[in-house]
Amino acid sequence: MSSRYDIEGLLARFLEGQTAAAARLITVLENGGEDAEKVLDAIFSRTGNAYRVGFTGPPGAGKSSLVSRLARRFRSEDAKIGIIAIDPTSPFSGGALLGDRIRMQSLFEDPGVFVRSLASRGSLGGISNCTDEVCDLMDAFGKDMILIETVGVGQSELEIAEKAHTVVVILVPESGDGIQAMKAGLMEIGDIFVMNKSDHSDAEVAAMEIEDSIKLKQVPEGGWRPLVVMTSAKEDRGIGDLAGLIRKHREYLEDNDLMRRKRKKILLSRVRNALMDRMERRLRGSEEVKRIVSGRMEEVYAGRLSPYRLVRELDGIVTIGRSAGPTHGE
Amino acid sequence: MARMIRVLVAKPGLDGHDRGAKVVANALKDAGMEVIYTGLHQTPEMIAESAVQEDVDIVGLSILSGAHMTMFPRVMELLKEKGAEHIVVFGGGIIPAEDVCRLEEMGVARIFGPGTDTGDIASFIKGSFPDTE
Ligand SMILES: Nc1nc2c(ncn2[C@@H]2O[C@H](COP(=O)(O)OP(=O)(O)OP(=O)(O)O)[C@@H](O)[C@H]2O)c(=O)[nH]1
Ligand SMILES: [Mg+2]
Repeated sequence: MSSRYDIEGLLARFLEGQTAAAARLITVLENGGEDAEKVLDAIFSRTGNAYRVGFTGPPGAGKSSLVSRLARRFRSEDAKIGIIAIDPTSPFSGGALLGDRIRMQSLFEDPGVFVRSLASRGSLGGISNCTDEVCDLMDAFGKDMILIETVGVGQSELEIAEKAHTVVVILVPESGDGIQAMKAGLMEIGDIFVMNKSDHSDAEVAAMEIEDSIKLKQVPEGGWRPLVVMTSAKEDRGIGDLAGLIRKHREYLEDNDLMRRKRKKILLSRVRNALMDRMERRLRGSEEVKRIVSGRMEEVYAGRLSPYRLVRELDGIVTIGRSAGPTHGE
Repeated sequence: MARMIRVLVAKPGLDGHDRGAKVVANALKDAGMEVIYTGLHQTPEMIAESAVQEDVDIVGLSILSGAHMTMFPRVMELLKEKGAEHIVVFGGGIIPAEDVCRLEEMGVARIFGPGTDTGDIASFIKGSFPDTE
């Protein structure tokens, strides 16, 4: 398979700090395959510095607006910021309308902020399958902090907890009595809970309800008990408090050596996932497997051979060390 | 392995009316593209920088304010400065025929007039990127 992109050239321009090259490399990562692996190999040694904060919460809660306000705040402290804003891919057309930038306009003329909108594509869990990889690229590009906005639909936001150092759950007074948040598992993943739209009158009561349910949470001795803050992205209130809590959580992780452990955990799961992907691609691409399976299916259809027995037989044929066959087939 | 077409739909200028731009953005999504919509009141600088960061294939500008003769060339010039002259630029809006000719001479790929069928815009874009089929 010939490459669509000049990866070497892009990497060179990326290392010089060219935004256009970084942006194109993100596209390469999104498309996956051998090119993506080449990029990840090349940048890996430069990763591990950026602090990753995930933002989740129901649609319209103000995630983009708050991310934008926070980015401004961190910029005033001179941090370089990457933003990954994920919106859902339409299951009908495969297309996507990526609209988070509408709330981030005040950032567009600041070259210290890199915003990338991603469609969730094949992923089921509120983020894109290549969120880790795009984080790596922004990290290697010199960003100090990466803010990740999830889709915020449905009950599958939990993956963000595996990607981010700090998870911020954004709720609004209209989110109800906190029961929805509990059902969606948000109470488990949030390190910080934000009651946004505090310019609405019932925000205080709603924030207290969240406080109450956090009090019920079992937290081990010396563990992190989630904190609650009220904000108004509209009126630019509470943003400093939220930034302060993010800093506090980060200090907690650092003081307890959890940053390093978290990184190890993330890397281990990435090795596992990459291995599974590779094996799956190899299996799917293997002509030999296809031939054997199609040759024996009649026996399975006739009830003489169980699917499991057939797979056990294949197991002896397809060995892991085998290097033949396309690895990026399909 | 087909790649996705990424489109930026932008609404430069001061008028506060983006219904047309939204309709087009949504139609392109339904045609299977990834569409970044950035909202109202975009400056050429904002449009070009967003287009670069998002690594889009093509930018569509919706212009009703009459500023087309400055807006299109400025966006194209900025894209070039940012090393992204490969990004195709097209537009829509009420633009006099002689200006359409001049813009196309300057390198604007296509201008769609008011009332254009969104399906035509989608086919035009798909046709511009044969490697995505
Ligand atoms: N009154 C009020 N409105 C707000 C506040 N924050 C955001 N909004 C408005 O709420 C709407 C949604 O805001 P977004 O920032 O787009 O919310 P989001 O969570 O990113 O939305 P999705 O990405 O679509 O899930 C917009 O109309 C905002 O202007 C706030 O603090 N107060
Ligand atoms: Mg949003």
